[in-house]
Amino acid sequence: MSTREKVGWGVGGLVIIVYCLFPVAWIVSLSFKSSDDIANGQFLPTVFSSENYQQILVGDAAGLFLPALVNSFGICLIATAISCLLSMFAAYAIARLDFPGKRIILSTALAVAIFPVISIVTPLFNLWRQIGLYNTWPGLIIPYLSLTLPISIWTLSAFFREIPWEMEQAAQVDGATPWQAFRKVIVPLAAPGVFTTAIIAFFLAWNDFVYGISLTSTEAARPVPAALGLFSGASQFESPNGPIAAAAVIVTIPVIVLVLLFQRRIVAGLTNGAVKG
Amino acid sequence: MASIEMSHIVKKYGDGFPAVNDVSLDIDDGEFMILVGPSGCGKSTLLRMIVGLEDITSGDMVIAGNRVNDKAPRDRNLSMVFQNYALYPHLSVYENIAFPLRLAKVDDGEVRRRVEEAADVLELREHLERKPANLSGGQRQRVAMGRAIVRSADAFLFDEPLSNLDAKLRGQMRTEISRLQRRLGITTVYVTHDQTEAMTLGDRVCVLRKGVIQQVASPRELYEQPVNLFVAGFIGSPPMNFLPATVEGTSLSTPFGAIELGEERAEKIAGHDLLLVGIRPEYFEDASLVDEAKKPHGSTFTAKVDVTEWLGDAQYAYIPYEAPTEVAEQLKELSRELDSDQLRTQAVVSIDSTSRIREGREAEFWLDTRKVHVFDPKTGENLTRDAEAGRKLTEMATEDRVEQVEQARV
Repeated sequence: MSTREKVGWGVGGLVIIVYCLFPVAWIVSLSFKSSDDIANGQFLPTVFSSENYQQILVGDAAGLFLPALVNSFGICLIATAISCLLSMFAAYAIARLDFPGKRIILSTALAVAIFPVISIVTPLFNLWRQIGLYNTWPGLIIPYLSLTLPISIWTLSAFFREIPWEMEQAAQVDGATPWQAFRKVIVPLAAPGVFTTAIIAFFLAWNDFVYGISLTSTEAARPVPAALGLFSGASQFESPNGPIAAAAVIVTIPVIVLVLLFQRRIVAGLTNGAVKG
Repeated sequence: MASIEMSHIVKKYGDGFPAVNDVSLDIDDGEFMILVGPSGCGKSTLLRMIVGLEDITSGDMVIAGNRVNDKAPRDRNLSMVFQNYALYPHLSVYENIAFPLRLAKVDDGEVRRRVEEAADVLELREHLERKPANLSGGQRQRVAMGRAIVRSADAFLFDEPLSNLDAKLRGQMRTEISRLQRRLGITTVYVTHDQTEAMTLGDRVCVLRKGVIQQVASPRELYEQPVNLFVAGFIGSPPMNFLPATVEGTSLSTPFGAIELGEERAEKIAGHDLLLVGIRPEYFEDASLVDEAKKPHGSTFTAKVDVTEWLGDAQYAYIPYEAPTEVAEQLKELSRELDSDQLRTQAVVSIDSTSRIREGREAEFWLDTRKVHVFDPKTGENLTRDAEAGRKLTEMATEDRVEQVEQARV
C-alpha cells in the first residue's frame, strides 16, 4: 500500500469512527451535566457532576430504574438462554438432516423476523390480559423469543454448516450415539457460533422498547427502555434529559462488557486444525 | 479381528442410480483388502456401507458372522481413518486418541496406558498435549491412525488416508501402514485411487468400475493376468499399451510388426477379426541392448521415437502409431474412464536407462511377445488370460499373508 492509500484509509476510517461514536460521546457528556447545565450550549459540561447518576441509582428515579434494571437483566438472560438452546437444536436439524419443509421453516423464521412488531403488539396486549400474562416476566420472554429465535436459527445454522460432516461421522464410528456426537463434538466446535448468537439475541431483547412499554404496567416486569420513557423531570417544565442519559450510559455498559469478554471467542477460528491444512 | 462378508450389496441413491451394484466380496480375517478404481466407481460408498455411514439398499453385510445391515456405526466395532482425518480440533492429541475409550467408559489408568502405547507405536509421545491445529499434515495423519488403533476394533477402514500428504511423506506413511497392519494382524479395508498404494499394500485388490467388481486378486495376478481391458489399463504405471491388431494365422499383425502367439494362444483368439494387444511398457527394450539368448522370445521392429524421458533408473520412449478410427475411439473412451486423457494414440516403451535412443530418430526395438495379452475390443475381455496361473499367484500371496500374520501373533 502506498502512503497515499494509507492516509486515505486512515482518514476514511476516522470519519466513520467519529460519525458512529459522536452520539455516544454526547450522551456520556450529557449524563455528567447537572440539570441547570444541560442547555449550556457546549459539548462538555461546565462542571462534571454525578447528580444524574445519584438520581437514578439512589434518588427519586431509583424506584423506577433499579427494578427495571433487574427485570431487563432477568428477562433478557432467560430469553437468550431459551432461544440459544432451541435454535441450537433447530439449526442443527436444518444444517444436517434432510426433512420435508426445511425451507419453509427457514423462510418462516425470516418472515417472523421482518414482521413489524408494532402490528402484533395490540392483539398481544389483549390476549396477554385475557390469559394473565400481562405485566409478567413470561409475558415479555415469549415475545422476545419471537425476536431472537429467527436470527439465532439463521446464524447458528450457518455455523453448523461450516462444521465438516466427517467430525460427526468420526465420532459415530468411534462409538458415540448421535446425542453424544452432538454434545461432545458439534457443540464445542460451534461454541464461537453459539456465543455470537447469544450476544446478538441478548442485544435484540435488551434493546426492545415497544413490547416493554406495551405489555407491562408496573415494576413487576417493566424493562429499562420502557422505564426510561417514564422518567420525569423535577417539574413538568423540565425534561429529564440528564437522568435518561445517565441511565442510557449504564445500560450500555453490560453490552460493552459482553462484547469485550467474548470478542476473542467470536473471532477464534471455527474448525482450525480439524481437517487438512 | 473378524472377517467381512458382503453378498449382493447394492446401493441406489434417490435418483435410482446404482453407485454400487451387486458387489459380493469376502475379506478374510487379518487380510489387507484394497478397494481401487477411478473416481466415481463406488469404492468410498462401499467402504461407508461397511462402517455404517451409508445405508445399504439391498444385500447382506456380515461382519464376524453377524449381519450388521441395520446396526448403527457405533455397534459395529470398526475404526476408520478419514481422508481429511476428521480430528477433533477442540481436544488435545491425547484426548483425540482417547476419545473412543472415553466413550466406552474405560477407566483413566487404562486410557492412559493404551493411549501411550498407541502414541509410542506412532511416535506421537512428545505431541500428546498439543492441539491438532499445531501439527503438521503427517502428524495429524498419525493422530487419526492412533485414534483408530487405540481400541481393539474388529477391522480398520481407511478412506484415501494418504491423498492429502505430499509424495515423500506418502511413501513413508505407506510403509508405516503396511508395517502396522502386519504387526496388529487386523482385517483392513483400504480405499484408494492410487494404484501404487493398491499394489504395495494389498494382499488382495478389488478393482471397481461404475459400482461393479471387475476383478479381485493379488496385485501380481492383476498385473500379469488382468481379466479385461479396464483392469489391464488401470493397473500399472505407465499404463499398458493397447495396439490394434488383426489375426494372420498364428500371429498378429500390429503397427509394430507381427507378433507370434503360438498355437495355444492363437486358438483362444480364433474367430475374431480386429483385436487389441496389450503390451506393458517393460516388455519392450532397445534392440541393441537385448541378450542374444533372449532375442528369439520376441520380435524386433523399427519405429520413430517422438519423445524420450530419462529418469535415471529407467527411460521411457513414446512412439506414436496410427489406429483405425473405431479402435481409437474405444481407447479414448477407456482412457477417459481411467481418469486420464490420452490425446494421441502412442505407445509408452520402457527401455534401459543406458540406451542411446534419441527422440526424433528411427530406432530398433525388441518386444517380448511371451507375456502379451489379447483383448476383444468390443467386450474388453482378455482372451488370452491364463486363469490357472492367476489363481496360483493369488494363492501364493495368501500363503505369504497367513504366514506373516501368524508370525506377528506369536
